[in-house]
Amino acid sequence: MKKIISGNEAIALGFTDAGGVFASGYPGTPSTETLEEVARLGEVYCEWAANEKVALEAAIGASIAGGRSLATMKHVGVNVAADALLTLSYTGVNAGLILMVADDPGMHSSQNEQDSRNYARFAKVPLLDPADSQDAYDMVRAGFEISERFDTPVMLRTTTRISHAKGVVVPGEKLAPRIGDWQKEVPKYVMLPNFARQRHVVVEERMLALREFAETTPLNRVEMRDTELGIVTSGVAYQHAREAFPNASILKLGLAHPLPERKIREFAGSVRKLVVVEEMDGIFEEQIRAMGIEVAVGKDKLPLCGEINADLLRAALDGGEVAAPAPVEGLPQRPPVFCPSCAHRGLFTILSKLKVFVSGDIGCYTLGALPPMGAMHSVIDMGASISAAHGMAKVNTIAGRAQKPVAVIGDSTFFHSGMTGLLSMAFNGGDALVIIMDNRTTGMTGGQENPGTGRTLEGQPTRQVEMVPLVKALGIDNVFELNTYDLAATEAAIKKGLETPGPYVLIDRNPCILRYRIRKPAMTVDQEKCTGCRACLKVACMALGLTATGEKPKVRIDPNVCNGCGVCGQMCKFDAMHEIEGANNANL
Amino acid sequence: MPIFNIVIAGVGGQGVLMASRVLAESALASGLDVKQNEVHGMAQRGGSVISFVRIGEEVASPVVTPGTADLLISFEPLEALRYIHYLKPAGRLVYNRVPINPSTVASGLAVYPPDVEQQIAAICPEAKGVEALSIAREAGNGKAVNMVMVGTVMKHLPLDEEVITEVVKQVSKDKGVEVNLKALAGGAAA
Repeated sequence: MKKIISGNEAIALGFTDAGGVFASGYPGTPSTETLEEVARLGEVYCEWAANEKVALEAAIGASIAGGRSLATMKHVGVNVAADALLTLSYTGVNAGLILMVADDPGMHSSQNEQDSRNYARFAKVPLLDPADSQDAYDMVRAGFEISERFDTPVMLRTTTRISHAKGVVVPGEKLAPRIGDWQKEVPKYVMLPNFARQRHVVVEERMLALREFAETTPLNRVEMRDTELGIVTSGVAYQHAREAFPNASILKLGLAHPLPERKIREFAGSVRKLVVVEEMDGIFEEQIRAMGIEVAVGKDKLPLCGEINADLLRAALDGGEVAAPAPVEGLPQRPPVFCPSCAHRGLFTILSKLKVFVSGDIGCYTLGALPPMGAMHSVIDMGASISAAHGMAKVNTIAGRAQKPVAVIGDSTFFHSGMTGLLSMAFNGGDALVIIMDNRTTGMTGGQENPGTGRTLEGQPTRQVEMVPLVKALGIDNVFELNTYDLAATEAAIKKGLETPGPYVLIDRNPCILRYRIRKPAMTVDQEKCTGCRACLKVACMALGLTATGEKPKVRIDPNVCNGCGVCGQMCKFDAMHEIEGANNANL
Repeated sequence: MPIFNIVIAGVGGQGVLMASRVLAESALASGLDVKQNEVHGMAQRGGSVISFVRIGEEVASPVVTPGTADLLISFEPLEALRYIHYLKPAGRLVYNRVPINPSTVASGLAVYPPDVEQQIAAICPEAKGVEALSIAREAGNGKAVNMVMVGTVMKHLPLDEEVITEVVKQVSKDKGVEVNLKALAGGAAA
């Protein structure tokens, strides 16, 4: 039956319908919903891993044991998993294995916009590039077939506009879970140098076979229309090209690595002008030019940064400007913000006040870098907060600067790859203050389970790791709990941590109010007592606003938004804020 | 039929995605092709949200480009102004008149433009403001603003009102069916 589903949901359904047995991943926008949907469908085993490398390694094990397997992650996660991926290319698979990776052109929620097609070339594995939800569904099945036929992992790459765009899907025939024999093949799966040398030859032979396959597979489709203009494209760029030039002939590359050279030559020979349309890097263009084929328009006219769209294509090919109206300028921005009563608010209010250098990490708390907090000064990648703070502290010591850096990290990020940084800091006699915001969820991606939540992705109760003993086990003696809703206590605890030599860890254990749906009585402002000093506005809460414009308007609280954490009240020297009494309180 | 482009704007938590889903499912139920796409991720709550719904016999790109929207539905006045350049010259704009402060305003770093409705009218004289929050409350729940907004644009869509009503019934959770249908009707009458 026809249904409207996102690319991520289509991959999950495709996996469930294509004999999938095991799936693992780490949440990361825009890939997250794939595993959540596998769990919701409830037919195939799935789990969140501590990080992407662990997820891929578990999928490799599942494949060796005979189960069709899937690993999911976002583009930057492949950097974490790359060590496993590049050797997996050598071992190949037993049952089919798909690595689903979601790129984020335009960086809607990412720290860079790397093009994962480069990884397919680097790792010498085939890459499928779906152009809509139906493609995404179909390519899971095609991916397993390719994986098993050519003994290779297959990368299934999406972008934000594939993963999160919803389109119509007609599901195919449903297969039963495929479980084959558990393979004991030492020279294939034990990558000692002697065996690996032989496997590298196999990898190169496999690439030649895949090149031949690319020539004939229907995944690479020629749509002949007007021969004036021929477009080579893939993924969502195909849809933009169809929209911008409905009469153009198109070579749609569903298998985007390796490329079908003869097919491209034939297509180029059948059109007057050949254009390559691809988002981000000029990967097809570079290879097609290297074949000696003339490309009339490519990355000389199309951007290397950000997303493309139909207007931009028309402007690039017709030589004009984008003729779209300009947005209204000077409007107040509406950036994402800590939820009302989020535990992060108190922490960053104090860090901002203390003016310390804060080495940050990836999660909701990264928003602490934005105004008015401005209390985070570096964010590199998952887990880097602690290791970077360690490096900063060492240089400060060498330079004779008495400035202890503060690292802020969430629980899921700590489990992902913060733990190794902390272990290294303890081992090397580091001197940073580490604050773990343990809100018992993976907040930024929507509240996923992690080793601290006590539940698996499938909703089963499981062992719940305790943060304090874990941190002690990594070699940290000074470990204390923190309550960031209490500003005075938070300030005192941070000061103590900054004054005490050596590694020092504070753990806030207040849970995520959004994930755990925590409701508290709303607050109000006594207009008699409020002087309009605006001290409370430093906490950057959506519930707070001014009563009027002008010099000293008073502050009011929107009771529909306020969730009663009381942090703003602690900023008030005039005792103007209090709970709305009894039955009048909308939150009670 | 030519492709009908809809842009829905609002603030994280207002139900923009649910409204988009109703329109997309209604298109499918009408035998049309549809693509729906939104940007979310960073914003759990309180950030600016924009969603595209494209309806037609065959829809390729999931993205509405500026200057091509037939209809802009905004759940908040400032967000209407932020995305008004998506409208095509004869495009229609319906917005909820109830403002929500961005964090930049709440923290005193920026001022909510006092003349936001005049600015909207200057660019799009036919724009229609709706008191969606009070209509939603009358229907039984202030959170049904999204269904009120769907109601306000029903007659302008290339879809039958009966089909949309049926889809709202299907996608609402048990307790919400009655409220959502009232909100939809309230919006249609506004």
